[in-house]
Amino acid sequence: MELFLARIFDGFSNGATYGLIALALVIIYKATTLINFAQGEMAMFGAFVVLVLATERGLPMWLAVVVGMLISAAAGALIERVLIRPFDPSDHLPLVIITLGLFLVFGALAGIIWRFDPRGFPHLFPAGNAITVGVATLTWYTVCVTITMLAVVGGLTLLLKKTKIGLAFRAVSSNLESAELSGIRVGPTLQFGWALAAAVGTLGASIYVANPIFQLEPSVMARVLIFSAAAAALGGLDSLGGAIIGGLIIGMVQSIMVQYVGFIPNELGLAAAVFVLMVVLLFKPSGLFGTKSVERV
Amino acid sequence: MTDATVTPASDAPRGTPLLDVKALRGGYGPIQVLHGLDFHVHEGEVVVILGANGAGKTTTLRAVSGMIETTGSVELRGEQLVGKGPADIVRRGLKHVPQGRGTFPELTVEDNLRVGAFVRKDKEVEADMAKWFEIYPVLHERRNQRAGSLSGGEQQMLAVSRALMSRPEMVLLDEPSLGLAPIIVKDLFDRFRQINRETGTTMLIVEQNAQLALGIANRGYVLETGEISVEGPADALIHDDAIRKAYLGV
Repeated sequence: MELFLARIFDGFSNGATYGLIALALVIIYKATTLINFAQGEMAMFGAFVVLVLATERGLPMWLAVVVGMLISAAAGALIERVLIRPFDPSDHLPLVIITLGLFLVFGALAGIIWRFDPRGFPHLFPAGNAITVGVATLTWYTVCVTITMLAVVGGLTLLLKKTKIGLAFRAVSSNLESAELSGIRVGPTLQFGWALAAAVGTLGASIYVANPIFQLEPSVMARVLIFSAAAAALGGLDSLGGAIIGGLIIGMVQSIMVQYVGFIPNELGLAAAVFVLMVVLLFKPSGLFGTKSVERV
Repeated sequence: MTDATVTPASDAPRGTPLLDVKALRGGYGPIQVLHGLDFHVHEGEVVVILGANGAGKTTTLRAVSGMIETTGSVELRGEQLVGKGPADIVRRGLKHVPQGRGTFPELTVEDNLRVGAFVRKDKEVEADMAKWFEIYPVLHERRNQRAGSLSGGEQQMLAVSRALMSRPEMVLLDEPSLGLAPIIVKDLFDRFRQINRETGTTMLIVEQNAQLALGIANRGYVLETGEISVEGPADALIHDDAIRKAYLGV
């Protein structure tokens, strides 16, 4: 039982990060029905920026994260303007190739600038354990990650539901042509989505590598992106809450399967999570919380 | 909001039209659909463009509202619209309700109306919404439902309300009768007439349902393969033998 609890706690801390990156994926998917394959690498790059701000510029850690998120948002907006907007939004193939290109570019750039050796990332949350039940320990890290994740999803929900730019964003994702005919400028609205996603991604990656058991290196987010994409799909791809729940489920499955399903070696934990996704989508094709595209005419 | 702006059902010569379209050409990529259209709409008028499937009715509206590449001249109150994007054109008071009603299916009924008022900066948006809820109580009942779950007729009510939430000077309506039961269509056109009378909103309606559209229109045009073939007062068109044969099925 205690072991089970320990596994649940583990799953929670990873799952929360998957959820945050999944949120970033969902934001862009909602706007453009496009999966940004570079989201993880952009987030990794953002985490490096945070590291530089904190260690070389001497900013307090929380401020470094906030400034890093702002820089990422600006970069996300720039990428949308220069690389995404010139292309027809309804033709996905060129856009997918662009995001794959960005995936490679950010990976390579980070390697060139910061080398490929793993680096320790400063603590973002208090160290130590909040609760200890036998061998199961709930760390402050897990508690803080969970709170942050809930705050982010709450903040995003308010932003989308209660502000004018949020309304524009939802209108564009629901019916692009009709949004344009209502006077909404589609380009800047999508740009807002890219900026938002980049900022959330940087927060997610910073939190992930702030986990004492991980380090920051250019390839750190590649695995995370796969889990996050699975989490986003599980949650329905266009649901913010779904992304978070999907992230937590994938995190739990990963951690519990490896512990209890003996014939699955550790290395296959990744595949196991994706297998769960497959089974769920088989029975619920639009994910757990996705919008079914049923519409009366 | 007075009756003074209501126009007589005649084509009497008047000042500069509100919307003046000249030598309008446009299409999709290499395919040209419109081969030089001339038409105009005066302030307060209801004008209908009739035409068979594929005549270019929808394309005409898309060209006017800046949705496709266009050449020629489209002037709204003397201001050239060709070359401007749809978001700029709607800000100038010309509102296009596209075919299929332009519903935002994932948004609630209320949010659909708010999007309609997106370009407005004044404080009366909520009051206008209350007004439309009074006109269409069913929208009020379903204000928190996703608009995609409304019936076709309810979505058309929503489309009309949403369009007028922007307080446009002129609306372009693309086949509002499409897919609706005859009784609902009748009610809808009565509503158009009432809105035109009460608010003076100018209307350009593209329709296949000639009988009803001409019934509320001041003037009409007939579009055939991208060109205007006939034009005249609605009364004259409704009694024109060729039109009766082609569009009224008599």
